[in-house]
Amino acid sequence: MTLNKTLLASVIGAAMTTAALSPAAAQAETTLRMAYDADPVSLDIHEQLSGGILQLSHMTFDPLVRWTRDLEFEPRLATDWEQVDPTTMRMTLREGVEFHSGNAFTAEDVVWTVERLKRSPDFKAIFEPIAEVTAVDAHTVEFTTAKPYPLLPNLATYIFPMDSAFYSGNDADGDPKDEIVKNGNSYASRHLSGTGPYEVTDRRQGVRIAFERNDAYWDESSPGNVDRIVMTPISENATRVAALLSGDVDFIAPVPPNDLARIRADEDAKLVTMSGTRIILFHMNQERVEAFQDPRVRQAFAYAINQQGIADRLMKGFATPAAQFSPQGYAGHVDSLAPRHDLEKAKQLMAEAGYEDGFEITMMAPNNRYVNDAKIAQAVAAMLARINVSVDLKTLPKAQYWGEYDDRAADMMMIGWHADTEDSANFHEYLTACPDADSGAGQYNAGNYCNPELDQLVAEANLEVDLAKRAEMLQQVEQALYDDAAFIPLHWQDLAWAATDNADIAPVLNVMNFPYLGDLVIAEE
Amino acid sequence: MIAFLIKRLFHALLVMFVISVIAFAIQDNLGDPIQQMVGQSVPESEREALREELGLNDPFAVQYLRFAANAVQFDFGYSYVFNEPTTEVILRHLPATLELVAASTLLIIALSIPIGVYSAIKPRAWLSRLFMGVSIIGISIPVFLTAIVLIQLFAIGVSWSPFPGDTGWGAWLNDLLTTDGGMPAYGRGNPVPVFGTWETNFASLEGLTYLVLPAISLASIMLPLFIRLIRAEMLEVLQSDYVKFARAKGLSPRRIYFLHALKNTMLPVITVGGVQIGTLVAYTILTETVFQWPGMGLMFLDAIERSDIPLIVTYLMIVGLIFVITNTLVDLIYGLVNPTVKLTGKPA
Repeated sequence: MTLNKTLLASVIGAAMTTAALSPAAAQAETTLRMAYDADPVSLDIHEQLSGGILQLSHMTFDPLVRWTRDLEFEPRLATDWEQVDPTTMRMTLREGVEFHSGNAFTAEDVVWTVERLKRSPDFKAIFEPIAEVTAVDAHTVEFTTAKPYPLLPNLATYIFPMDSAFYSGNDADGDPKDEIVKNGNSYASRHLSGTGPYEVTDRRQGVRIAFERNDAYWDESSPGNVDRIVMTPISENATRVAALLSGDVDFIAPVPPNDLARIRADEDAKLVTMSGTRIILFHMNQERVEAFQDPRVRQAFAYAINQQGIADRLMKGFATPAAQFSPQGYAGHVDSLAPRHDLEKAKQLMAEAGYEDGFEITMMAPNNRYVNDAKIAQAVAAMLARINVSVDLKTLPKAQYWGEYDDRAADMMMIGWHADTEDSANFHEYLTACPDADSGAGQYNAGNYCNPELDQLVAEANLEVDLAKRAEMLQQVEQALYDDAAFIPLHWQDLAWAATDNADIAPVLNVMNFPYLGDLVIAEE
Repeated sequence: MIAFLIKRLFHALLVMFVISVIAFAIQDNLGDPIQQMVGQSVPESEREALREELGLNDPFAVQYLRFAANAVQFDFGYSYVFNEPTTEVILRHLPATLELVAASTLLIIALSIPIGVYSAIKPRAWLSRLFMGVSIIGISIPVFLTAIVLIQLFAIGVSWSPFPGDTGWGAWLNDLLTTDGGMPAYGRGNPVPVFGTWETNFASLEGLTYLVLPAISLASIMLPLFIRLIRAEMLEVLQSDYVKFARAKGLSPRRIYFLHALKNTMLPVITVGGVQIGTLVAYTILTETVFQWPGMGLMFLDAIERSDIPLIVTYLMIVGLIFVITNTLVDLIYGLVNPTVKLTGKPA
């Protein structure tokens, strides 16, 4: 039944695609033509934890709660939540919501979805704290954690309830429909039924993906008026910008920093930029270089780097200089921490540590992963030369870089990190916690920095349900990492989107880079 | 003839075998496909499990033999990114590339023969000199630059007014320097389905507008080369004894140029042309990237970026096959044009 419905939907969708070509039909509908740098790898939103998949999730599904622009929680499919006791949270679900298939949304779907998340290789780590989910009644769920866990609402932003009836049973090949397959053909990677504002009508991977507004969308207060979305991946930066300027598409992201001025100058296009949450940093490997074990040397390196200069000149203002992991708005953000560029101080510290003549190190950075990554590495190498440290720099394409990163192949390595939980503790857990292969702690700690006291503090913070107290603990961690110069933070990479004048994109954008396209308004011509 | 084709078939198999071995041997340097498949925060244990599942931990020989055993049954494995058999992925992207190459080839043939012949017949005319000058520039500009300039001029449009707009001549000159844009800047638009995965841009006017800019930029590399080649060959033929004899016999110049001389001019051009069409397929990587043309070239570049090794290996093997096929076709056509050439290489 449901399969037939999808088939029917896609036939209708295809028919409408053809119909949209005739001018009469095109006028009745509002269509958003958009170009991202890549299209989603799969329709299975549990197959990969990546920006592209989350962007798809927000178009075709709804989370239980979502972040607002100010990083507050906004109720979506959950209307209310309360902490019943330190390890139990009860969420009340929205009534009268239907999936694309026509099935009604109930608490069972939430339970089913969370259990599937706990099986997904990509998501299971962040859903680890949830011990059990139970449906109390049709529209109430209870989350039980093994230990007190303050970040449940954060996790709820990742719970996009899936249509459990639609994804249950076996497909034509006899494989279970709810199977999560990384490499291969699974039912869920080709079929989709969510509660979200758009249904997928046509998908040709790498070419385009078309969406149609969900007529039965529950959120009637949403101002969104877009009937169709056609998304085309355009990986080449210059072409993506050209497509916008020539009027072939209405909305593009990301906007390459080199073209910001060009879009600002264009009368018919507008640009929206925001300070992002992805921190770009360098690790100093203490295992490979003995000198890095001396905090004075690490501090000297931190003093030698001019973050403001990189942000202004190299990034052309398209970055916010950083002195810590947490961007503004995160619990652990310490306002008083500012970049400490001071060359004299750096030289003095090097002399105190007995390295006034400097030493030689190797450095690696990707050259197509972050904005201007290779240039940033060159700039940092040049800055280190001024404290007599000579750097042997190697930059690599990202496909090769991460293998080298896992091998800790250089003394200083670049990495950019966005906390999946939008929470400060995540940075420390992955980037500066004492590396432990068994627990997965410090998986990306290429500096081999290890301070058990901080690990302990973060572990305690993760059990602290009093959020004010917890924030204080996380700020202590940031301060300690700064004082110790555990790593060299550079900046938070800014985000940029551009659109034609009639598409009012600013209200639907946010620092997580999940545009809430369901709420997008396009002005009538 | 049959013997020749069978020989070529073995040739093709050998080429594909060698390519597959080389592609397999370098796959470790193409990056870690697991890294592209999982999110950043996925623990190492999960990655290791996936690596084991995909057989990436097996030694080179084991991996290659497994691949080869499947490949002889025409199963080239699954693409890591598309989650489909690689041959299907390539088959879906092939028509776009072939259409682009076909459009460029038509453009090259339609322009290079008349221009080349003209500038050989009238080497001193100012128009010939202009053609030669432009072709030098054409050869030296890289294809992606041509593509970006074309997009700026004809898709986005430029308005440039260095001359006073209030005078008649100034306005006219400004007008000349201003383009409206409006041509599509990327992709194929809405191609018309023909059958199976083949959709064509040739069937509608809208489709053709999408084809124009990419075809011109792809042609821009080969066109100057062919103009110069045809001109040089034609000049040489015109100096030969039989042309002089034909002139002395009083044949009309038209008959001499287009029947007798052109035919002999085309012999080396066909040989070079066949090889160059193969090269054109390679150049589509650049053109398709700039224009986001959804063909094999763009697919291949994406595959490299995402370490999609099965797709990379299959693509390389198929491009090798295309080279062998075009060369075979060239030899066949050569035989038709010049019957003195024996295909099997035996002395006549």
